[in-house]
Amino acid sequence: MAIPFSYNLRNLWTRRLTTFLTAGGMALVVFVFAAILMLAEGLQKTLVETGSSDNVVVIRKGSSAEVQSGIEREKASIVETQPEIDIGMDGQKLIAKELVVLISLNKRETGKPSNVVMRGIGANSLSLRPQVKLVEGRLPRFGSSEIIVGKSIYRSFQNTGINDAIYSGLRNWRVVGIFDAGATGFSSEIWGDADQCMQAFRRPVYSSVIFKLRNSRDFDIVRTRIEGDPRLSLEARRETKYYRDQSEMMAKFLRIFGWSLTIIFSLGAIIGAMITMYAAVATRTGEIGTLRALGFRRSSIMMAFLMESLILGFTGGCMGLFLASFMQLITISTMNFQTFSELAFTFTLTFDIIYKALLFSIIMGFIGGVLPAIRASRMYIVDALRTV
Amino acid sequence: MLFLKLLFRNAFRHRLRTGLTILGIAIAILAFGMLRTMVGAWYAGVEASSAGRLVTRNAISLIFPLPISYKDKIRQVSGVKIVSYGNWFGGLYIDEKNFFANFAVEPKSYLQLYPEFILSSEEEASFLRDRKGFIAGQKLVDKYGWKMGTIVTLKGTIFPGNWDFVLRGIYHGKDKTVDEMQFMFHWDYLNETMKKTVPRRADQVGFYMIGVTHPDLAADVAVSIDSLFKNSLAETLTETEKAFALTFISMTEAIVTAIRVVSIVVIFIILAVLANTMVMTTRERIGEYAVLKTLGFGGWHIAVMIFGESLVITTIGCVLGIAGTFPAAKVFGESLVLYFPIFYVESKTLILDIIAATAVGLIAAIIPTHRAIMIRIADGLRRIG
Amino acid sequence: MEDNKPVVEISNVNKSYRRDHYVLQVLNDITFNIIEGQFLALMGPSGSGKTTLLNLIAGIDKADSGTIQIAGVDISSLSETELAVWRATHVGFIFQFYNLIPVLTAVENVELPLHLTGLSRRERLEHAEMALNVVNLADRKDHYPGQLSGGEQQRVAIARAVVTDPTILVADEPTGDLDRVSAEDVLNLMEYLNERFGKTIIMVTHDPRAAKRAKVIRHLEKGFLSNAVSQTSL
Repeated sequence: MAIPFSYNLRNLWTRRLTTFLTAGGMALVVFVFAAILMLAEGLQKTLVETGSSDNVVVIRKGSSAEVQSGIEREKASIVETQPEIDIGMDGQKLIAKELVVLISLNKRETGKPSNVVMRGIGANSLSLRPQVKLVEGRLPRFGSSEIIVGKSIYRSFQNTGINDAIYSGLRNWRVVGIFDAGATGFSSEIWGDADQCMQAFRRPVYSSVIFKLRNSRDFDIVRTRIEGDPRLSLEARRETKYYRDQSEMMAKFLRIFGWSLTIIFSLGAIIGAMITMYAAVATRTGEIGTLRALGFRRSSIMMAFLMESLILGFTGGCMGLFLASFMQLITISTMNFQTFSELAFTFTLTFDIIYKALLFSIIMGFIGGVLPAIRASRMYIVDALRTV
Repeated sequence: MLFLKLLFRNAFRHRLRTGLTILGIAIAILAFGMLRTMVGAWYAGVEASSAGRLVTRNAISLIFPLPISYKDKIRQVSGVKIVSYGNWFGGLYIDEKNFFANFAVEPKSYLQLYPEFILSSEEEASFLRDRKGFIAGQKLVDKYGWKMGTIVTLKGTIFPGNWDFVLRGIYHGKDKTVDEMQFMFHWDYLNETMKKTVPRRADQVGFYMIGVTHPDLAADVAVSIDSLFKNSLAETLTETEKAFALTFISMTEAIVTAIRVVSIVVIFIILAVLANTMVMTTRERIGEYAVLKTLGFGGWHIAVMIFGESLVITTIGCVLGIAGTFPAAKVFGESLVLYFPIFYVESKTLILDIIAATAVGLIAAIIPTHRAIMIRIADGLRRIG
Repeated sequence: MEDNKPVVEISNVNKSYRRDHYVLQVLNDITFNIIEGQFLALMGPSGSGKTTLLNLIAGIDKADSGTIQIAGVDISSLSETELAVWRATHVGFIFQFYNLIPVLTAVENVELPLHLTGLSRRERLEHAEMALNVVNLADRKDHYPGQLSGGEQQRVAIARAVVTDPTILVADEPTGDLDRVSAEDVLNLMEYLNERFGKTIIMVTHDPRAAKRAKVIRHLEKGFLSNAVSQTSL
């Protein structure tokens, strides 16, 4: 037989300031927790969506990123002969040999330099990435120094509008178009002709070879063949996995950071909840005695006080999530530790994070309230009644 | 003194509540201190850099090399005292989890440029003699338990293959700001190997490290060097070591800002906790304050009592938090040494701790004091029974 | 009334408290019965043990030795949980300081003990409003205790005490905190409950006016029950 719920709610309302301060402390903890998880989620989402699972990325063995890799022309040609490669509508194999370099550009807001990926693409590169859509201007002409820039680049870096030119490698690269690749890593890249890039930057080797599988299940066969060929020293990964691996280090850093920070902060919030609940029990000692005298069991008393603490936690959790949801309006532009290059991503709120945050807030409420609730339930009726 | 005693006694009237509040504050101060120390660790490279050293790299970006032939031309620029060079090797020790800075450098000139790396002359000589030798900082050696003569294999990522090195010297930092997690080996070893395996990549350096005769000349020397190579196939960008280090930080600025924001949030959390305690405590004692007023004590006295009690609690919490920061930083620093090679608590952090705690102590007492002063004596007395 | 069977049977009950190092014997070998429908007053000087005895009868404290039977049930052998269940239906409390829950309205306070029964929400409200009618406070049912006078609060407390139709009503200094007029109202109410509804009432009191309303008075002194039984004439 439970004590009515309205009892708990009204008690919390009666001491509004205390309720607000306690829930507020928990809200801040949940805010930090959710924000950091949202950041890690946004980072991984951006990078994972950058790839498609039918595509295979081939880089030099031992390199962890395209920018470290080098594939000689002969080796690239051998990769081109794999029979599992899909054929495009024009009868050509859907395979592209690309060069990835980092160039230093100045940011619009701060004027400070940052490394940006410049990708020398092949004729089929765009077909291999259907998520990339031209939104302004036109595609670059192969054989020229024309380039197109991703939307995030245009937004964050100087001299990247249509008809602007970027000077690098003794050349002026003229921007002829802006493309949008959604919330993927490609939006933070600049694309131009691979051969032109190889000449300008004096890199006679490709960084990577990308192709589409006709049948996604053939991946393991192709991989074994490529990785097993002693002439090649290459490794092959599905594009989705390749990009996910690139975010591994940063996502892990963010998650460890997020969890350890949250645990420490939550101690503070839990202590706040404990203080509040101990005070509530102390103030209502007489009431507790009365309720026990009326016949309410010890477990009911304990549940009532625990419930109040859980409500505090839950309220704090909702407030914190509400605040965190506003973070989705912010775009983070930073350097990915692993690839050394610019990456823009947003805070992403998922259902998983919401439920984790609420669960966490309820757990905080529980831990904060359990000891005071037990104390409330274990009082001697006679002593409690004396303090009315 | 009686007054202080009174404050203490009042604060500890409710031992559990006060104890918990102090604990909460201590934890928050500790977290704040750790976050600041983390931000400091981020900037560690900047602190360690010298105004008397310049970095020359390819103007396109850091991943492009420069020809070794530039060395002699650079040396001839006036104001240049020492020219050293090297490549970022980026090798992995066993697997990706073990990530520390490893470079191929021109050993003699490099060590001259970095007097803060303290190496005994025998070890230096031993290193110079063995082309496959390497030197490492004390912290790095401690982490992996290497001893003199240990053979360490690195898996090349930028320069493929497995590379063996022999530990010939262990350096100490001159002070706390020096990174003791670095691994340096002979550039010649890298170059000779490249000549045999991938000749087109031979005779190229990743960066030049330049020592100037006087720090004031740094800016001019930088300009001179860059103008030497303007319009050549590998244009250069020369800047002070400090500016170079700062560009790295600015690239991850967003994260540093996020950490700073979070540390402010922590202050608000303890503010909420302490304010809550003070509000509850004052509410319970309203009757007493009314009685004091009847005795002739004014609002001013009561304000001082409440503020005083609040500050007593924050001070104790702050002291405990600061005390805990040092061992925590040590543990944290050791476990995260791969991410943050330099991790120590600055005195500036401690000062900020105290300021934060004091501010919180004062702000938390505002509402309760206001309530206590404004209560009419009659209302307050009624609340005693 | 004399022929009615005893509803409370107390046999050789002892109770002591430990205070620091010495043991305080509060009740000594108490034996007596209370007849059903009786209105009994327990009187005695401060420290005589009368409140302790009341607490034992009400089942909110346990005797060191001896038995207490209420309507045939030996409550001295019940566990804490069983006692709680038993109290809900067998005892109605009236406290000196009313002990109403401040955040609940009058009708909600009266309804509170009914949450321990299996009644539906509608039934609970019906019973609560009926009880408030008996004490003449139906028009104040949605007021909070803070909005009621001392006398009104005590009457709400009485409504709460009778709403479950308990076997016995237990009152600890019910008029102790009331002014003369309110005290009169409350005592009238208690007499009414006793005479009209046949409720057994056991009241601890200092107040001679309150004691006069009871039909039987027993005295306690230093933990001993005196043999004198005063009967007040109707």
